[in-house]
Amino acid sequence: MHPAPSIIAFTTFSGLGLGLLFWLGVDPDPPTGWSAFAFFLIGYLLAVGGLMASALHLGRPERALKAFTQWRSSWLSREAWTACAALVVMGVYAALLVFFGVQVHVLGWLGALLCLGTVFTTSMIYTQLKTVPRWHHWSTPVLFQLYALGGGALLSGRVTTGLVLIGLAALAQAGWWLAGDQRLAASGTSIETATGLGHIGKVRAFEPPHTGSNYLLREMVFVVARKHARKLRLIALGLMAVLPALLLLLPFGHWLALIAVLSHVAGVLVSRWLFFAEAEHVVGLYYGKR
Amino acid sequence: MTTLPEKTTRSLGLVIDLDTCVGCHACVISCKGWNTENYGAPLSDQDPYGADPSGTFLNRVHSYEVQPETGPAQLVHFPKSCLHCEDAPCVTVCPTGASYKRVEDGIVLVNESDCIGCGLCAWACPYGARELDLAEGVMKKCTLCVDRIYNENLPEEDRTPACVRTCPAGARHFGDLSDPDSDVSRLVAERGGIDLMPEQGTKPVNKYLPPRPKDGWQGEVDVLAPFLEPVAEEPRGFLAWIDKTLEKL
Ligand code: SF4
Ligand code: SF4
Ligand code: SF4
Repeated sequence: MHPAPSIIAFTTFSGLGLGLLFWLGVDPDPPTGWSAFAFFLIGYLLAVGGLMASALHLGRPERALKAFTQWRSSWLSREAWTACAALVVMGVYAALLVFFGVQVHVLGWLGALLCLGTVFTTSMIYTQLKTVPRWHHWSTPVLFQLYALGGGALLSGRVTTGLVLIGLAALAQAGWWLAGDQRLAASGTSIETATGLGHIGKVRAFEPPHTGSNYLLREMVFVVARKHARKLRLIALGLMAVLPALLLLLPFGHWLALIAVLSHVAGVLVSRWLFFAEAEHVVGLYYGKR
Repeated sequence: MTTLPEKTTRSLGLVIDLDTCVGCHACVISCKGWNTENYGAPLSDQDPYGADPSGTFLNRVHSYEVQPETGPAQLVHFPKSCLHCEDAPCVTVCPTGASYKRVEDGIVLVNESDCIGCGLCAWACPYGARELDLAEGVMKKCTLCVDRIYNENLPEEDRTPACVRTCPAGARHFGDLSDPDSDVSRLVAERGGIDLMPEQGTKPVNKYLPPRPKDGWQGEVDVLAPFLEPVAEEPRGFLAWIDKTLEKL
C-alpha cells in the first residue's frame, strides 16, 4: 500500500494524543490549573492534528461530514463518531479540571474509554480488509493499542509504565512483522486464484493492461524501497523502544526525557511507514507483483 | 445505506469468455467513451499526451501466459471490470453511504454527490475494479451501463453494456445470472464458468469461462505429409562448392 504521509501522520499523532488523553482521564490525581492545561493542549494538538491530516487525503474534504452517516456498517464512520465523542467528553473533563479545579471521575473514565475506542476503530479500518492479508488479523488492533498506551504514558510522564508498555509494543511489533511475512501466502490468494487459470498451469503476468501507471498501482502496489525493510525494522525498534529505554534509565533529567519522547515518536513514524509500505494488496497479483 | 441487501430481485452481470477474447481492448475504449460522456463525472486523464500518461478506466484487459506441465505456453487475454459481487466488501466499508448495491438488479453503484473520495472502497475490492478520479476526487467504477440497459431512447440492440455491444469476438455476454434459465446462466453451466478469487468470499456475480483445452498435433499425420518432406539434405553443385570453400577459409 502507498505510505501516504497524511495517513502515517494521522495514525501516529492521533494515536499518541489519544493515548495521552487516556492516561489523563484515568489519573486518580491529575494535574490541575496551568499544568493540566499544558498536558491537555498537547493531547488535543496531537489528536486533532492527526485527524485533520487524515482529512487531507480525501478527494472531497468539503463533504467530510457525510462520513458520520454509516456507523451501522462502516468502521471509518464509527471512527468519526468515537473520535468526536472522545474529544468532546475529554474536553468537558479538561475544562472542569483546568478552570474550576473540579475532577469528575466518571467523565474522565468515559473519555479514556472513548479514546481507546477511537484507536480501536482506527485499527479496525485496516484490520477489516481481507484484501491486505498482512493487516487482516486480530493482532493489528492489539498493536495499535499498545503503541497508543505506551506513547501516551511516556508523554504523560509515567516512566515505568511507559517503558513496560513500550517494551511490550516492541515485542508485539516484532512478532507482528514476522507473522505478517507469511500471511499473504497463508491467505490462499495467488495469481492462479486471481485469474482462475491455475488448473491449466503456472500463470505469469505477460502484459499489463496499460503502458503507464494508474490509480491502482500508485495506491495499492507500492513495492519501491521494500528492500530496505529489514534495516528499517531495526531502526524503528531502536528508536521507539531501545533508545528511549536507555535515556530514561539514566539519571532522570527533563531534557533526556524530551529526547526519549522524540526518539519514540520517530520510531513509531518509521514503523507506521513500514505498516503501509510492506502491506501487500491482493490486486498486485493481477499485475504479477506483490 | 451501505449495508448490503439480503437478496436482490435479479443479479445482472457479465460472463466473459477467456477462450474467445482476442485482447483487442475495444471494450476498454468503448467503455471509456460511453462512460466519460454519460452517467456521472467524466473519466479524466492526466498528462494524456505527455511523457507519463495515466487515466481513469472502468475496464482493463490484462494478458497472462500460462505454462502447462508439458507443451507450449498459452496466452490468455483477461478483461476485468467490477464483478458486482453479492457480498461486496466495497459497499460495507463506505462511511458515507455513497456506495450501494441495488435491490432490483444487484448493480453496485457510487452516488458521486455523496462520495468524499476516501478511497477505502478501492482498498476493500480485491479485483482493482474501483479507481479514484483525480480530476473529480470521487470514486469511479463500472455501472454495468445502467444508463443504457434500461434506456428506451436507444434501439433495442443497444440496450446492453457498451463493452458487450462492442466486442468484435463475442467474448462478452450480459444477462441475469440469478435466473437459472437465462442464456448467461446456461452458458456458465455448460462451460464451467468460475469465480475470481473465490477465497475472498465476495461471491462475484460476473463469471469467467475458462479457455478450452488446446488441440494437440501428436499422432495426426496428414496424407499429404510425405510430399512435404525436405528434398535436399546436403547442398550440391554451386552451393556445395561455396560451402566447402568457406569451410576451408
Ligand atoms: S468487484 Fe470490487 S468494486 Fe465490484 S462489487 Fe466486487 S468488490 Fe465491489
Ligand atoms: S471513496 Fe467514496 S464511495 Fe468509496 S468508500 Fe469513500 S466515500 Fe464511499
Ligand atoms: S472487446 Fe472483446 S475481444 Fe476485445 S478485449 Fe474486450 S472482451 Fe476481449
